[in-house]
Amino acid sequence: METHISVKNLTKVYTMGDNVVNALGGVSVEINKGDFVAIMGASGSGKSTFMNIIGCLDLPTSGEYFLDGVNVETLNKDQLAGLRNKKIGFVFQSFNILARTSAIENVELPLLYDGSVNNKDRRERAFEALKSVGLADRIDSMPNQLSGGQQQRVAIARALVNNPVVIMADEPTGNLDTRTSYEIMEIFQKLNEKGSTIVMVTHETDIAQFALSNILFKDGKIISNIKVANRKNATEEFKKMEELKTETI
Amino acid sequence: MIISNLLKIAYRSLSKNKLRTFLTMLGIIIGVASVIAMLAIGEGSKQNITASISSLGTNSVMIMPGAISQGGVHLEAGSSQNLKKEDADIIAQRCEDVKFISPVVQRGSQIIASSQNWHTMVYGVYNIYFQIRNMTIENGSGFSESDERSAAKVCVVGQTIVKNLFGEGNNPIGELIRINRIPFKIIGVLEKKGQSAFGTDQDDVILAPFSTVQKRMLSTTNLSMIIASAQSEELMDDARNEITQVLRERHKLMASQEDDFTVRTQSDLSNIFGSVSKVLTILLASIASISLLVGGIGIMNIMLVSVIERTREIGIRLAVGATSQDVLIQFMIEAIFISFLGGLIGVFIGVIASGLVAQFGGWPISISVSSVLLSFFFSAVIGVFFGWYPARKAANLNPIEALRYE
Repeated sequence: METHISVKNLTKVYTMGDNVVNALGGVSVEINKGDFVAIMGASGSGKSTFMNIIGCLDLPTSGEYFLDGVNVETLNKDQLAGLRNKKIGFVFQSFNILARTSAIENVELPLLYDGSVNNKDRRERAFEALKSVGLADRIDSMPNQLSGGQQQRVAIARALVNNPVVIMADEPTGNLDTRTSYEIMEIFQKLNEKGSTIVMVTHETDIAQFALSNILFKDGKIISNIKVANRKNATEEFKKMEELKTETI
Repeated sequence: MIISNLLKIAYRSLSKNKLRTFLTMLGIIIGVASVIAMLAIGEGSKQNITASISSLGTNSVMIMPGAISQGGVHLEAGSSQNLKKEDADIIAQRCEDVKFISPVVQRGSQIIASSQNWHTMVYGVYNIYFQIRNMTIENGSGFSESDERSAAKVCVVGQTIVKNLFGEGNNPIGELIRINRIPFKIIGVLEKKGQSAFGTDQDDVILAPFSTVQKRMLSTTNLSMIIASAQSEELMDDARNEITQVLRERHKLMASQEDDFTVRTQSDLSNIFGSVSKVLTILLASIASISLLVGGIGIMNIMLVSVIERTREIGIRLAVGATSQDVLIQFMIEAIFISFLGGLIGVFIGVIASGLVAQFGGWPISISVSSVLLSFFFSAVIGVFFGWYPARKAANLNPIEALRYE
C-alpha cells in the first residue's frame, strides 16, 4: 500500500520564556493512501500540534516527516507553502472562508496561487469541486447567504480543488449541529470511498466512529491506534435520524 | 506565481471593500488635487505678472534722475533735475545697443471738454514712444515729426479719458480738450491696456508731442525720465552699461562719485516680481505637498489596520499555499493601486478645482504638464513607500496564529 504520510519520532518543543513545553514527545505513525483517520485526544494532548506539522504549517523540533515522498524537514517557508498548495487541503472548525467572496471564488483560491492552472481550468475545477459537495446551484452565493453546513461544504470543496494527497480536517463538525455534522461526515465518507485520504481531528467520539481508524493522543504521545470496529455509515445514520424525527411528530 | 493572478486577487480584495478603498484613496486624491491646484494658481499669477511687465514695453530701459546728495544727505530719487533732452540725444547718437529713445516730461493737469472735466497725467514724448511702450493707436493717428517740430497742440488719449470726458463708445477724434486752458486737438485714441502689475490704470493717460508739453506747458528743460529700448532682450544689460557710461561722461562724474541717475531695465522688474511669485509658488506647493504626505500616511494607517483586521484572511491565504511573497505583492498592489487611482482622480479634481478658481475667483491659472506628472509620480511613490511596511507585516504573519486570530 502507498504510504502518504510517514512520521518517525516527531517532537515539538515550545519555549515560552522560562517554560519549556513538550507538545509532542516522539510520535511515529504511517498514514496510507485511502485512509480515513480520526485523531482524538483531550485539549493539550498534542493533537493540534501534530496536525499543524503534518499540515506543513509548522516544522517539528526533531524527527522525520515524509509527505508523499518529500522530506518536509529540509524545506524552507516558501517550499512549505508550495507543498500546502499542491498536496494538502484544509478544513477548519470555523470554516475559514473569505467573507464577501462568492462560493466559487473561495474554492478557486488555492488554484490562484498555483501558477500552472489557467483561468478556464480554474473555473471548471472549482465548479466540479462545488458540485461534488452538492453546491452546484450555489456557486455565486456569498458566505452570509449560506448556512453553517453549506459554508463548511464550500471549505471542503476548497480543500478538494487542488486534488490533494491528504485532506486535513481540524474539528470540522465543532461548530455544527448533529444533523449537519452527519451531512459533512457523509461527504467525507463518499470522498474517502473515491480514494481521498482524510486526516480528521475531533474530540467527539461519535464523529470519530465514521472514520476507518482512530489515533488517540495523550500528553504528546500516541497511546492507541486502532481500526474502528463498528464503523458508522453516515448515509444510514442520516436516514435513521430522519425516521426518528417522523416518529416523534 | 503568475502576477496576473495576484492582480486578480488584489482587485477582488479592493472591490469587496469599496468604502474602505475609497476612504484610503481620499487622502491621496485631496493631496494630488491640491498640489495641482496650488501650482496652477502660483504659475498663473507668475504668468500674469510677466504679462503685465511686458505690457510696459519691449525691452525697455528707463533712465531716471537720481537723488541729490548734499553733504552726504540724500534726498528722494528723482529730486535732482539733471536729465536734459541733450542727454537723450547723445545716448541716441552714441549707444549702439539702444534702438529707440524718447525723452519724457510729465505733468498732472486738469482736462476740460465742454461740460466734463478730469484730472490726469499728461506726457510729452516723441512719437517713437508708442513703439517703445507697445502702445497701439486704435483710432486716428499718432503725432508726426512736424507736430514735434512745430510743437503742435495735438494729443492722443487713453480709453479712460474718452470714457470720462465723452462717454464710452463715442468717437473723440477731432474734438478739442483744454489742458491747463490750452486747447489740444485729439488726433488718436489708444487701444485699451488695462491695469498694470502695480495697479495703475494704463489707460488714464494723455500723450502729446514732447516739444508741445515742454515749451507750452512746463517751460523747463528738465526731464522726468528718458525711456529707451534695447536692440534685443539679450542686449538689455549691455544697453544699460552703455547708457551709464555715456551719461557719467556727459555729467562729468568722477570715478569716486555715485551716478546721479538711475537706469532700470524691464528685466530688473521681471526678476523682482518673478522671484516674488516663485516664493509664492514654492509656499503653495509645500503646503500642498504636506497634504499629499498626510494622504500617504493615511494609506499606511488604513493598510496597517486592515492587516490586523484581515489577519484571518491572510492566514487562510497562507494555509492554501500563498507564499509570504505572494501576500507581500498582494498588499503592495493594493497600496499602489489605491495611490495610483487616487492620483488619477486627484489630477482630475485638481484640474477642475483650478478651473473653478479661474472661473469664480477671477484668478489666472496655468496647469503645467510637469506639475501633473510630478504630483502623479509622487503619489505613486508614496503608495510604494507607505504600502511597504504594512505589506511586509502581513507577509511575515505566522499562518497558525493568523488562522486562530479572532
